[in-house]
Amino acid sequence: MNVTIVDYQSGNISSVINSFTEVAKGKVNLKVTSDIKKIIKSDKIVLPGQGSFKRCLDSLNSINGLVDTLKEFAITNKKPLLGICVGLQMLADVGYEEEETKGLGWISGKVSKIDNQNGKFKLPHIGWNEIEIQKESKIFKDIKNKSHMYFVHSYEFIPKDKSVISATTDYSSKIVCSVERDNIFGTQFHPEKSDKTGLKIIDNFIKL
Amino acid sequence: MLKNRIIPCLDVKNGRVVKGINFVELKDAGDPVEQAKIYSDGGADEICFLDITASNENRETIIDIVRKTAKECFVPLTVGGGVRTIQNITDLLLAGADKVSINTAAVKDVSFVKEASKKFGSQCIVVAIDAKKVSDNKWEVFTHGGRNKTGIDAVEFAKQVETNGAGEILLTSMDRDGTKSGYDVDLLKVITDSTNIPVIASGGVGTLDHMYDGIVKGGASAVLAASIFHYGEYKIKEAKEYLNSKNVSVRL
Repeated sequence: MNVTIVDYQSGNISSVINSFTEVAKGKVNLKVTSDIKKIIKSDKIVLPGQGSFKRCLDSLNSINGLVDTLKEFAITNKKPLLGICVGLQMLADVGYEEEETKGLGWISGKVSKIDNQNGKFKLPHIGWNEIEIQKESKIFKDIKNKSHMYFVHSYEFIPKDKSVISATTDYSSKIVCSVERDNIFGTQFHPEKSDKTGLKIIDNFIKL
Repeated sequence: MLKNRIIPCLDVKNGRVVKGINFVELKDAGDPVEQAKIYSDGGADEICFLDITASNENRETIIDIVRKTAKECFVPLTVGGGVRTIQNITDLLLAGADKVSINTAAVKDVSFVKEASKKFGSQCIVVAIDAKKVSDNKWEVFTHGGRNKTGIDAVEFAKQVETNGAGEILLTSMDRDGTKSGYDVDLLKVITDSTNIPVIASGGVGTLDHMYDGIVKGGASAVLAASIFHYGEYKIKEAKEYLNSKNVSVRL
């Protein structure tokens, strides 16, 4: 099996590579590339993302044919894709970080700044928070409800169709921290930085 | 609910872990990669490396340590010390650091914080502020491990780094560092009240009650400690269980 981490110069993906390498050891071939020929042949895709929504989308769009290839992979071919952090946010129709920016639109919704209730909640939302599992998700196999995951973000994904929400976390409101729609998965938290529980989620994705 | 973080810090010099008393007398005590692994297995919420002499020495040593550590520790890793250029940040992030901590370079020119947070995102830019009390309710920023006075007001500077895109502030009391007499809670309180980004308390922790004070009285989102963990006085788990028993929420 081939798992590909999409490297589109979205900032720091070393931790994603390290964690997937650890989990993939001896089980799957792991590639890190922006080469669309390799991406389309993969069995699974990981779409990381750091920094701002706009910057990530700009980087993704700047690589010729990449968005179309990812779309063919995830929408036409319906193969598993996992978006992490801004990688999840980019699945939305639109984001409002820096300026209004069009997203991939694969899971309808928007990405807006977390309401910090006039400074009552510090932003970014940094650290370990509990996830509340809302529906069964394949990537949560053997993951206990209220497990701790590592977060670092100031913007939240608000999907239109609430049935895609697989987990939320409590920070000023119930923030969507995981989604699943058919073959498309996304986590707002960083499984790659969430210790053994995070590695288990990565393992679940790899074993899909 | 968001948990308060406990962050063990490893001061590194020439690739070895040391902990200075008031930043002067250094005591050699271990391999950083191994130490980091012990901390991460022991429940550390993050790991922090501070390269205390990086300003004058080869950066390749710390980068190599970061690279090795990042392959074994799957919790966030922050690296500080001698971070002065965009290239320094790029090198550390590529080696596997999740955040970098900027100190002197931010004081010299706060626009460096802006440039760095624009390029890499606020989530990985921590500004380390070393502050010393100069009069009642007044603290000044110091650089170079507490050697250089800057004349800059710590509270004003904290607000400025927030405006310029810092994702977190690592606040060290130079009066308390290495003394084990507790964090400077007044300093913490004034900084956490005047900013809206998370503040990590540092400098002076000697007991678990000090951690409680830093979080509950000082308003810190995280507490950083070196010697009390490093010399085995307390285990991270003990610290967490103690805080939990006093109704401070932590990741157990």
